[in-house]
Amino acid sequence: MDLSALLASAQDAAGQGLLWSVMAIGLYISFKILDYADMTVDGSFALGGCVSAWAIAYQGLNPFFALFIAFFAGCVAGAVTGLLHTLLKIPPILAGILTMLALYSINQRILGQPNLSMSNEVTVFNAIGDKFNLSRMQQNMVIGVIAAAISIALLYWFFGTKLGTAIRATGNNENMVRAMGINTDVIKIIGLLLANGFVALSGSLVAQSQSYGDINSGVGAIVIGLASVIIGEVFFGKDKSFAVKLISVVVGSIVYRIIVAVVLQLGLQTNDLKLLTASLVALALGMQRVVKYLTDKKVSQKIGEEGEQNA
Amino acid sequence: MLEIINACKSFNIGTVNQKDALINLNLKLKPGDFTTVIGGNGSGKSTTLNIIAGVHAIESGKIILDGQDITKLPEHRRAKFLGRVFQDPMMGTAADMMIEENLAMANHRGEVPLLGWSINQQEREFFAEKLKLLDLGLENRMSSKAGLLSGGQRQALTLLMATLRKPKLLLLDEHTAALDPKTAAKVLELTQEIVNQDQLTTLMITHNMKDAIRIGNRLIMMYNGKIIYDVEGEEKKQLHTSDLLQKFEVASSGEFASDKMLLS
Repeated sequence: MDLSALLASAQDAAGQGLLWSVMAIGLYISFKILDYADMTVDGSFALGGCVSAWAIAYQGLNPFFALFIAFFAGCVAGAVTGLLHTLLKIPPILAGILTMLALYSINQRILGQPNLSMSNEVTVFNAIGDKFNLSRMQQNMVIGVIAAAISIALLYWFFGTKLGTAIRATGNNENMVRAMGINTDVIKIIGLLLANGFVALSGSLVAQSQSYGDINSGVGAIVIGLASVIIGEVFFGKDKSFAVKLISVVVGSIVYRIIVAVVLQLGLQTNDLKLLTASLVALALGMQRVVKYLTDKKVSQKIGEEGEQNA
Repeated sequence: MLEIINACKSFNIGTVNQKDALINLNLKLKPGDFTTVIGGNGSGKSTTLNIIAGVHAIESGKIILDGQDITKLPEHRRAKFLGRVFQDPMMGTAADMMIEENLAMANHRGEVPLLGWSINQQEREFFAEKLKLLDLGLENRMSSKAGLLSGGQRQALTLLMATLRKPKLLLLDEHTAALDPKTAAKVLELTQEIVNQDQLTTLMITHNMKDAIRIGNRLIMMYNGKIIYDVEGEEKKQLHTSDLLQKFEVASSGEFASDKMLLS
C-alpha cells in the first residue's frame, strides 16, 4: 500500500470528519441528551445541503448567510418532528420518519432537480481558501475546526443554562421535570429543533465543501452520527464532563472518516460503505453488551469468592 | 386550602375494563392539615393525589387550591403550588444529573426555564445548608450524580426538592414504601420535621396503619373510590389499628375483613 497516499487520504478524512462532526453533535443532542431516537436527521442533513445550494446557486446569496438559512431550515424540520410527537402523540421514531420522508420531496422541490452544482459559485470554502491561499484539504480543516469549536462552545454554554438543564433533565426523567412545573412537550420541541439545526448546518458545510447539493446526501447520516458518538465513547469513556463528551463526538467523527479512508485504500468500494458503517455500529453496540457481561461476571464472581471466605 | 368537590375519575371508559377510581369524591383540607390517607389497593388513594397534581384530568367535579380553580390546569402549571414525592425513588430526581443541579431545578419550580445559568454560588451555599439538615452527608457530595445515591437518600433529596420552595400543598405518595424499615423511619422522621417547621399542608398516603395514626392531625380511609372514614384531632390520637380494621370491615361489609394490604 502506498503510505503517502494513505497519509494524504487520512488528512482529507480528518477535514471531512470535522465538517460531519457538527451533524454528530446535533445527533448527540437528540439521541443522547434528550434520549429521543430522531430519524429526522437523514432528511434535515440533506435539507441543509439543498437549502444552501438553492441560496447560493439560485439566489446568489452570501455563502455564510446560507449557513444560517440552513441552520434555520433544520430547526423548522426538527420542530415539525417535535410537534408530530407532542401534539399528535405519534411515537418518536415514526414522527421522525414521517418528517424525513416529507423532506425528501421538499428537498427535490427546493432544488427543482435531484442535485445542483455550486462549482461556479462562491462558497464558504473557496472564499476563505482564496483569501488565505489554502488548499482544498486545508480549507476543510480550517473551517471544520472553526465550526466544531463554535458548536461545542455554544452548546457548552447552552446546556449550562436553565433551559439547557431542563432539556438534559427531560432526557433523564420527564416525570421529575413536569413535577418541577416545566412543560416537557415544549422542551422536547426545543431540543429537537436545536439538534436538527446543527445537523442541517453540517449538511450545508458538507455540500458547500463539495460544491454540490444533493437530495440523497443525507442517506445513512443517522448511522454515521451514531458511529461517531460510539467511537468517541470508546476513545474517551462514558463518564466524562460535558465538554469532553462533545469533543469526543468530534474525535469520533474524525476517526470514523479515517477508518473509511483506510478501508477505501484497502480496496473497498464507496458503495460498500453503508454496509461497513452499519456493521461498525452493530459491532460497537454488541461489544458494549459483551464488555458489560464480562465485567458483571467478574464482579459477581468476586462477590461469590468473598462470600465463601466469610462463610 | 384544598377543596375537591364531587370529583369523578374513571379509567378505560366504555370498555369492559372500566374502573371507576373516584366516585363523587369530596375532600376539604384546612391550612396546615397533615392528613394521612389509608386504604387497600385500588381504593383511589393514588388517583386522588394524581388528580390534584394534574397527572389525570377529572371527568366531573372541581378542584380548588387556595381559592384558585385548578381543575383545568395542566400538570406543569400546577407544579408551582405542589411539592410531590413519589413511591419510586427513581421518579423524583434526574439520575444522570448532579445533586446540586436537581436542587437548582427544584429551586425554580414553576418558573419558565430561560437562558440564565442553571445554578450560582449563592444557591450552592443555600443548598449545602439545607442538605446539612438531612444529616446524610450529602452537602459534601453536591456534584455527585443523584443516581449514585441509595433509595433512602434519593427520597430524602426528593423531599427536600419538593419543599425547597414552600409548596401550598405537599403530596406524598407512599414515599417510604420502597425503603427498608430503618431508612423508611428516617425519611418519615425528616418528613415530619420539614412539615412541622414550614407548617405545610400535607396529604400523605401510607400502607402503615400505625404511621397513619401516629403522624399528622387527620386521617382518612378510602374504599372503592370514596372516603369512608374521616377523623381528626384528639379522636384520631385515641385510635388503634383494631379500630381502623373494624371501620374497614363495616364499610366493606366484611368483604375484605383481613385485607393484607391494610395490615403491616
